[in-house]
Amino acid sequence: MPENPKDDGLGRREFLVVGAATVAAACAGGGPARRDATAASGPGEPMDIALVVNGERRSLRIDPRTTLLDLLRENLGLTGTKKGCDMGQCGACTVLADGTRIDSCLALAAQYDGRSVTTIEGLAKDGALHPAQEAFLQEDAFQCGYCTPGQILSCIGFLHEGSGATDADIREGMSGNLCRCGAYPNIVAAVRGLRGRT
Amino acid sequence: MREIAYQRAGSVDEAVQAAAQPEAALLAGGTSLVDLMKLEVLNPARVVDVTRLDLSRIEARPDGIRLGATATNSAVATHPEVKRRLPALSEALLSGASPQLRNVATVAGNLMQRTRCAYYRDLSTRCNKRSPGAGCDALDGWTRMHAILGGSEQCIAAHPSDMCVALAALDATIHVRGPRGERDIPFGDFHLLPGDHPEREFALDAGELVTWVFVPATAAAARSRYLKIRDRLSYAFALASCAAALEVANGRIQVARIALGGVGTKPWRPLEAEQTLVGQAPRPEAFRRAADVALRNARPRRDNAFKVELAKRTLIRALTLSAEGA
Repeated sequence: MPENPKDDGLGRREFLVVGAATVAAACAGGGPARRDATAASGPGEPMDIALVVNGERRSLRIDPRTTLLDLLRENLGLTGTKKGCDMGQCGACTVLADGTRIDSCLALAAQYDGRSVTTIEGLAKDGALHPAQEAFLQEDAFQCGYCTPGQILSCIGFLHEGSGATDADIREGMSGNLCRCGAYPNIVAAVRGLRGRT
Repeated sequence: MREIAYQRAGSVDEAVQAAAQPEAALLAGGTSLVDLMKLEVLNPARVVDVTRLDLSRIEARPDGIRLGATATNSAVATHPEVKRRLPALSEALLSGASPQLRNVATVAGNLMQRTRCAYYRDLSTRCNKRSPGAGCDALDGWTRMHAILGGSEQCIAAHPSDMCVALAALDATIHVRGPRGERDIPFGDFHLLPGDHPEREFALDAGELVTWVFVPATAAAARSRYLKIRDRLSYAFALASCAAALEVANGRIQVARIALGGVGTKPWRPLEAEQTLVGQAPRPEAFRRAADVALRNARPRRDNAFKVELAKRTLIRALTLSAEGA
């Protein structure tokens, strides 16, 4: 294996992102986005949706089975949102939908037509990390990092919900996000430091 | 997941009409349905999204609280009137799932939550609920999480909901609309015992849609509590749980409401146990007697015999908590 994945011209990640971008471009403008209350697809037929992702309006033609997680990763190439268990148990896929934290793996993308979604890629502003990202760095609140995007989005959602006063409240409030490296003490510390700040 | 048609209902009537079609399923938060569609346990040809309907309101009334069918578990659990007048309901909801799931899971979706029986979810095993007449691999399988009350020779799958246990104890009523109009279903009649047809889980006709749930706000309900015992303190299904509500006057129990979770094939309301409490002093001996009556007909299997005593102790503790507030 080459040490630098770019030695063979194109890394796996770059290849996937380029591929996804091509698909997204091919689908852009593929029909008017449905803004009405009702929408429908026939069996197995693709459908058009439009949603705002990280402040940017995206129009896509999707298979109605597509989950919000797969739409973000496969159709839009936003691979910061992770697929862990893909069954609503680990929280690695946590995103904000209109500011509320949800597991994107159990959400059909069609249900988020016309709504606003924030992923880890949408947190930093003007080159400055979001305070929650800073806090996770400061407290060393991760090891392998795979659960971290979900942890950070969940943390932001938790703070919006009105986090409790104690560490036990933090542990309960963050219980929908598993960390198999066991970085929990530092995750609790990161969330503790953010209370009252965001 | 198999191919689906997606339809976003623009009105309750449209949802009723669409849901009456063969192989249609109503979709709200998706936390159960999408999960089971991925596993190909449930295979609707058409999903009818009801989340844009105006069914999410939570209305506090003098005699109780009306919960809209698509009100989220989070919204109900944190509603000030629910916390004040129906504390067991708030506690039950907050003990279930994770914050992310509660933010989308709905009242009606929770009513129709499917069992977590591992055999139901695994297509490589036999399950009468998933494939009627196929047999049940749970009966001689690993039964630690299974029901000890209400089972049959066809199915011993435990009902997984926490919310439903509180609603059973609080005498809720489920309001539905269908092709033939509207009707109320008493909570205890909504979930069906498995019997010879474990595939029939709800007392709903084709096309019937839950529109709201009404929960009476009684004196007992205001002192109701929910206690859940599980393998870890958060984000786990119940081994045993209990919603208990007592009204005490002049040192005697006037009203007793009890429901058990984690141990029944449906949210379990031991009416006989409630009756033993009326007129008694709220003391441990009376609670122990009620617990013995509640579990009298328990039929444990190899791996879940511990649930009999666990459920009794959970029931006694929940009654004690309610009595302390009464």
